[in-house]
Amino acid sequence: MQWETVIGLEVHVQLATKSKIFSGASTAFGAEPNTQACAIDLAMPGTLPVPNEQAFRDAIMFGLAIDADIARTSMFERKNYFYPDLPKAYQTTQLEKPIVGRGHVEIELADGSKKSIRIHHAHLEEDAGKSLHEDFHGMSGIDLNRAGTPLIEIVSEPDMRSSEEAVAFARKLHSIVTSLGICDGNMSQGSMRFDVNISVRPVGSDTFGTRTETKNLNSFKFMEDAIALEVERQIEVIEDGGKIIQETRLYNGDTKKARAMRSKEEANDYRYFPCPDLLPIVFNDDYIEQIRETLPELPDARRDRFLSQYGLSHYDANILSGDANVARYFETAAGGDAKLAANWIMGELSARLNAEDIAIQECPVSAEQLAGMIARLVDGTISSKMAKEVFDAMWNGEGSADDIIEARGLKQVSDSGAIEALVDEVIANSPQQVDNYRSADEAKRPKMLGYFVGQIMKASKGQANPQQVNEVLLRKLNDLL
Amino acid sequence: MTIERADIEKLAELARIELNEATIAETTRSIADVLALVDQLQAADTEGVEPMAHPTDAVQRLRPDVVTETNQREAFQAIAPATEAGLYLVPKVIE
Repeated sequence: MQWETVIGLEVHVQLATKSKIFSGASTAFGAEPNTQACAIDLAMPGTLPVPNEQAFRDAIMFGLAIDADIARTSMFERKNYFYPDLPKAYQTTQLEKPIVGRGHVEIELADGSKKSIRIHHAHLEEDAGKSLHEDFHGMSGIDLNRAGTPLIEIVSEPDMRSSEEAVAFARKLHSIVTSLGICDGNMSQGSMRFDVNISVRPVGSDTFGTRTETKNLNSFKFMEDAIALEVERQIEVIEDGGKIIQETRLYNGDTKKARAMRSKEEANDYRYFPCPDLLPIVFNDDYIEQIRETLPELPDARRDRFLSQYGLSHYDANILSGDANVARYFETAAGGDAKLAANWIMGELSARLNAEDIAIQECPVSAEQLAGMIARLVDGTISSKMAKEVFDAMWNGEGSADDIIEARGLKQVSDSGAIEALVDEVIANSPQQVDNYRSADEAKRPKMLGYFVGQIMKASKGQANPQQVNEVLLRKLNDLL
Repeated sequence: MTIERADIEKLAELARIELNEATIAETTRSIADVLALVDQLQAADTEGVEPMAHPTDAVQRLRPDVVTETNQREAFQAIAPATEAGLYLVPKVIE
């Protein structure tokens, strides 16, 4: 039987506010445990939440970016459950009147086709703390620094039909929230987390199969792998005559395996009710229109601009415009030569960032430094081989390209007199190779140049301009024919 | 709406409240009385009335996004039953 995959996503986006959603405690990442958990975050008796206006502005910006209805009146509910990283024993969240209503996000697939994914709604809520299960004498350790960090949870309709579509959608959301500046987009620090609802059904069926939810995926690669694994599992279960059980699953990116976590609680087990501590939140049209006027350039518009302004290929423009941090870096680095900047960012720079697992906003080589190095490439001061050495040195904190070129004496020799002399010297010292070249078949000669070029580059300590060396060498050898 | 013993047992479990035999019966009766009152309220005609989010006719005040809290971990952890390395310790929880 032919099967069709149906996927819906719930995406938690950590908002880049300075303080928490209901308290004035800091949200900075990486602080000592519990040093940013105040009395409100700890649910001390007698405390009352006061909502952070910026969290609403961020959520409204997102809503406007996806062409959604913005609730003029929204409210908070309590979602009740017991877990030690949730000191209040309820999560303050939105159910009946979320701030962002129906909207849609357009995705583009590898074959260039486009598809619109509907957003059911997006709501504001607070994050929980973190449980550490290392051995504390048979106990668990709780860090509540993250408790109360503002999140928007974006809930899609089950509109995706493959892992490719789901990943394209996830990347597009990443691109939108980082472009808006409402989220730092740092996946490895958990700034965006994906819950994927997956079911399968026979092709042509118009009812949905039973779905499972794979929770807390924090990379696009894990998401792609987890979907492939779960789709395969569900088809196998059904084809063996079994039934899919509605359950929550956990995917482990290291072992590439998933397991059932718990049977999904029924929604009413959370005993949602309106939060009596918080009044309705009301915004008028003027307030929303003022936010609309501050909307920055969105990813699709930026991609079109990269195509026309920098003359990039469609592929390059997509990659460089997708992530707002990458786009910012590119635009700063593009000062010298946009195409070279694009190649360096997508090549050497991405490879190093991936290998060391760091985000571009923490790149040890600043965009200004890269622009400086590209300028020296363009004016011929250094060869592309030297540029690699300069790049490594910049990565290791040795300063600007100019400083490094100066300190290491990396200037490329482009003086034609000096290069002619080098070529003459190597030709004079290689009578045997010159004879071989002269007697060789014309078709074989180009391959024989390598020896001479190698000797010349060696004699120049790698500093001769390779293009000039090639030209001069070819001219001189052909003169000897 | 009627409420049964099984509903009370489930709610007690969800709320992590321990009820013994005697209190289950009494609680079931008390909650049934409250629901009877709700039934009476529901008899009122609310056609065209927007559901109320909060009993007071006021809107929420918001605060600016400013860090106002300082680190008071020492004071909070002085009254916690168990702490280590800055963490609150709780009975082991693993799903």
